[in-house]
Amino acid sequence: MIDRREFLAVLATAVAALGTREAIAGSPHAQRDVLPVADLGSLQKAYTFFNPTEAEFIEAAIARLIPNDDLGQGALEADVSYFIDRLMTSEYGSGARFYNQGPFGDTTRYQGYQLPLTPPEVYRAGIAATNRYCEEKHGKRFAQLDAGAQDEVLNALQSIGLEKVSGATFFGQLLSDTKDGFFSDPVYGGNRDMIGWKLVGFPGVAANYATTIGKNEPYDVAPVDLGALRARVPVDEHGHPIHQNAAAGVIRPTTAPVPSPSDRQTADAAHTKTTFFV
Amino acid sequence: MATRLKPVDVVTVGVGWAGSILGKELAQAGLKVVGLERGDNRTQADFALPQTHDQYKYDRQLELFEQTSRSTLTFRNDYREVARPMRRHGPFPWGQGVGGAGFHWAGWTWRHHPWDFKTKKMTTERYGANAIPADATIQDWPMTYEELEPSYDKFEYTCGISGTAGNIQGTIRPGGNPFEGARTRDFPNPPLTRSYVETLFTKAATDLGYHPFPVPAAQMSRPYTNPDGITMGACLYCGYCMNYPCEVAAKATPQTAVLPAAFKTGNYELRSHAAVQRINVSGNRATSVTYVDAHGREFEQPADIILLTAFTWSNTHLLLLSGLGKPYDPATGTGVVGKNYAWHAGLPYVPMQFDKEVITNPFMGAGALCTSIADLQGDNFDHAGLGFVGGAIIQILAMGWGPLTFQPTPRGTPTWGSAWKKSVAYYYNRSAQIVGLHDHLSYRGNYLSLDPTYRDYWGNPLLRLTYDFGPNERKLSQYLTGIGEKVARAMGASHYGSYGLGEHFDAGVPYGIIHQVGGAMTGSDPTKSVVNRYLQSWDAHNVFVVGASAFPQISSFNPTGTVGALAYWTAGAIKDRYLRKPGPLV
Repeated sequence: MIDRREFLAVLATAVAALGTREAIAGSPHAQRDVLPVADLGSLQKAYTFFNPTEAEFIEAAIARLIPNDDLGQGALEADVSYFIDRLMTSEYGSGARFYNQGPFGDTTRYQGYQLPLTPPEVYRAGIAATNRYCEEKHGKRFAQLDAGAQDEVLNALQSIGLEKVSGATFFGQLLSDTKDGFFSDPVYGGNRDMIGWKLVGFPGVAANYATTIGKNEPYDVAPVDLGALRARVPVDEHGHPIHQNAAAGVIRPTTAPVPSPSDRQTADAAHTKTTFFV
Repeated sequence: MATRLKPVDVVTVGVGWAGSILGKELAQAGLKVVGLERGDNRTQADFALPQTHDQYKYDRQLELFEQTSRSTLTFRNDYREVARPMRRHGPFPWGQGVGGAGFHWAGWTWRHHPWDFKTKKMTTERYGANAIPADATIQDWPMTYEELEPSYDKFEYTCGISGTAGNIQGTIRPGGNPFEGARTRDFPNPPLTRSYVETLFTKAATDLGYHPFPVPAAQMSRPYTNPDGITMGACLYCGYCMNYPCEVAAKATPQTAVLPAAFKTGNYELRSHAAVQRINVSGNRATSVTYVDAHGREFEQPADIILLTAFTWSNTHLLLLSGLGKPYDPATGTGVVGKNYAWHAGLPYVPMQFDKEVITNPFMGAGALCTSIADLQGDNFDHAGLGFVGGAIIQILAMGWGPLTFQPTPRGTPTWGSAWKKSVAYYYNRSAQIVGLHDHLSYRGNYLSLDPTYRDYWGNPLLRLTYDFGPNERKLSQYLTGIGEKVARAMGASHYGSYGLGEHFDAGVPYGIIHQVGGAMTGSDPTKSVVNRYLQSWDAHNVFVVGASAFPQISSFNPTGTVGALAYWTAGAIKDRYLRKPGPLV
């Protein structure tokens, strides 16, 4: 049976035989297939919710939120845009599980989310309004700006009002979903090749830790996702994976990062709060 | 038109800890019991790997929790405001389905301290009546710790709790909680293996003069067979625990510890997707309950004994919808149903990061793999001059955190971009968290009532929560925040943040702690309580309202241990007294 990686390699070869990416980009019918992604594997991906202008925005924005940098690939390369696209039509992501009955009257600042908009409506309204903001300020859509200007817009979003939805609400949703897509099991469409898990050293599906708990020692293993557990990896008598040592080549910082006062992104302390429901 | 069903001896409304324990006990006594559960019924076959190790499904989509589209609360801080629905799981989610909160729980299995049952009396005696805020409506329990002790013991042995006893029949034992009330005997299982962050905490807390001990845990430290003959597996410390089902049944839940014994009797029937709408009352007795099934069909189930064993909110909601008991009116202070609501505040919260070689492996753990100090709980310390009542249990957590919900960065770190990415990559495995859980007084203005505007999936008025912190809680939280920071420094943390209650309760903040109490409180005076000391309704003697709804105020301790004890306490009262002579037990 051919596995995904082999399939992508075959596909890449086939595409190469047809011509260069630029040549494909020149074809009006193929234009949306050529996206600023890391490899041609994404040609098998498609958006079912976001229209081309929206998809272009999402790809550009997530590439700034979790960038491809000296620590390796970021949200765009991890297919987080496809994760978010799929979220928009899922029962959970579309907001179907949330209470959405009116009336939507005046509220105090302590009553939580009270907009009539569902998450997909927040995206639609937020993307359109942000692009309008960019057109007015820079004469270009968000995705056409350079990285520095994009960062400025993303920072500004956190404090400006947009039509229908506040910039902060839209930005908050986008950032939260981006991180979710970066760290969720790849079965949901993001975290491709477990890029997010490898970055932080998370092993995914757990092994039996009864003899390793309590040790002040790194547990540096190759992560296991749900698909791998089903298909390939050796398991113990409970069905838990037997973790293997991590492959070489994973980049992780070795010294404590020093937050720089020149970092332009605003820090939101509350965002580090872990939720727990004991 | 409701289909009238064949009468049974007992109906439980809700099948969580209270419903399953009472169902089992009464079925074992030979009564025919029907458990009605609003949510679905998931069994061990649904918990097999690989699906259970899926953070997105359980921590983000909140698979074990109720959907707000079906049932939620409206919220306001003050009765002069218009309440609005909690449209999403803002401050906390709440459970649904068989097992209820006992299914998604983390497994912290505390007993209340003896002081918690007589807070008002003891505080007044030691500090004077003025020590209690004027608008506080706290009440002492009508039973004592000593009376409930055998019921606590039964619950702990049912669940196979792992822990270190601090006080066995008055003898203080090393390594346990030296402040706890006396136990008849030791825990059924030894404590879980400690995580490295707990080792750090234990040393730091001991150096500071505190007395750290393992949180009593509902995860088995070894395979265990309980008194009903049900066997549970040993914990693997996999970290997918709180909010998750356990694939090796190492976490005590109604499914793993109780219900198999109920089914074994042949007297117990479980009906899931049965949403009870009303208790039907005639004179001083309830005659039946009316419920709606998944297809919208209405049924009337007659029963001799009706047990309200749903979540705190649902118990109060059903009393209000059924007109059983007098609703509380904060303007006049009269009425009782809905009164003395309180939330178990999970603050202060002190996250910390280490720059030196401390490897915390946060993905390993168990829901109750935590080490606590109780030196500052309740009245275990002198409050003279502090200006508040009560205290907290303070603990380090090793509950198991995947990166989807745990992205620790030092305070001041940007929330996105390369700086954030670098910080998470570095600190995910060098972080720890201290949390305090504290007392919360009940107040005249904090209560539950029916909302005049918004309705649930079945067309009933939503329950309306009117709630805010009091000055006592703000002062207490501030004091405890300083203690949490002190311990974090002693642990050698390079960075730490600390978060207290803030000015007002905010339904948009993910506080996390779901523990809710009150609304159907127990007491010795029918004008000041909903149920008597056996949790029997003052208004209908064949109705018992069992759960944290009976607490007159929240203690620092997580409520489940006491909910389990109350279920055994009420089961005993029904078996030993009520069945012989049905009528008011007080």
